[in-house]
Amino acid sequence: MSINKAARAANQALISVISFSLDLQSGVPTYLQLVQQVEAALSLGYLVEGDQLPTVKDVVSSVAINPNTVLKAYRELESRGIAEGRPGVGTFIIASPHVITSDKMSALRKSLISGWLREAKKAGLSQAAIVALFNSAIGEIASPNKTSKNS
Amino acid sequence: MLSVVSSTNLAKSYQGKLALKDCTIDVPVGAVVALVGPNGAGKTTLLDIVAGLLPATFGDVRLFENVIPGSLESLQRVSFVAQNSPLYQNMTVIDAVRLTESLNVIFDREYALTRLQKLQISLKRRIGKLSGGQQAQVALTLAIARHPDLLLLDEPLSSLDSLARQQFLSELMTSVATTSMSVIFSSHSIYELEKVCDYLILVVGGEVQLCDSLDRIVESHRMIACAPGELDDYSDIEIIERKLGTRFSTHLIKVKNLLSRSALESHPTSLENIVLAYLRRAQEVEALNASVKL
Repeated sequence: MSINKAARAANQALISVISFSLDLQSGVPTYLQLVQQVEAALSLGYLVEGDQLPTVKDVVSSVAINPNTVLKAYRELESRGIAEGRPGVGTFIIASPHVITSDKMSALRKSLISGWLREAKKAGLSQAAIVALFNSAIGEIASPNKTSKNS
Repeated sequence: MLSVVSSTNLAKSYQGKLALKDCTIDVPVGAVVALVGPNGAGKTTLLDIVAGLLPATFGDVRLFENVIPGSLESLQRVSFVAQNSPLYQNMTVIDAVRLTESLNVIFDREYALTRLQKLQISLKRRIGKLSGGQQAQVALTLAIARHPDLLLLDEPLSSLDSLARQQFLSELMTSVATTSMSVIFSSHSIYELEKVCDYLILVVGGEVQLCDSLDRIVESHRMIACAPGELDDYSDIEIIERKLGTRFSTHLIKVKNLLSRSALESHPTSLENIVLAYLRRAQEVEALNASVKL
């Protein structure tokens, strides 16, 4: 009973619109995981314009990461035009990202299967080789160093 | 940028044997530093010198630009938790709080009590009866309640289970987020610290191998796969590790000048891979030195 009460009190104190979770094994940089989770929550409608993101302190006390990582994620969200930092108040959602409709999604899927994947298969790539190639290509897009070098 | 700890050519010898040599580091204010190295690398020696518990044999260390470790000012501004969070085992938690309060000029009693209550640690219990994780939390609480500008932790996680680790690190990061405290903590594994630290000092065999921000370390190291010898012409890179094949070798390189990144096809790699490459290199050098002596 008392444990329940304490837990509820703790929950009420900590509750915010979004709670983050991290995958340490994924290889995706931590700040990017936070950015992706905000974007996912937005496109699924869990977050809307005007929502306040949890404070840096709230995030680090729940997931044990460096405060600068959270700041970096929030800065990235700002530069993507999704969030806005208001000094002394917090970080707020200002816009929804480009929402992908399910039609668009299935079209992308179709073009992946009938285009690139079929070609890779024809070239004799195994499933493992396809995954490896895909991951390395996606890393190239995600890594800021690479893109600045290419541009 | 102001530095919280800086040292030049620091060395420490125990009975003629060097435990730390030519140690030059510079840590900016506000950093959360992982001091990583295998057992016996000199991590504790370095921490003890910074804490002012051990005089250096050679070289110079400064805290907060101009404060000498061990001076009165440094004692007030630095908190140090030694390995295995040594606390008086027969004392109750509240007595440990009172003792720390009366031994220090600055002590935030309210913070300490609030935090212990939040962790559900009974003030009346004897410290010896607490779990390892709880004892570590008590030591951390007492250290932070002094409002230090620099917090030194020697292997704080080594005796904790994974839940206690997570709780310890959350508490620590919450304090970092709300104050301007810098933290240096030692560990023999980088893995558990990668998410909480933004700065790394890698020590092997008493020598500093790396001392930089995590971002810069990851950015300046690349993997290159190419024919053996193909890299010999490049002067702006340092080969940290090479795994030789007759036709094809894999190299982990350090790019000296980030702007003039060479034209070779290279890939970024994880912090863990970089650290492991340095550890293996140091091990090889040590084995080579040992065989020369024989």
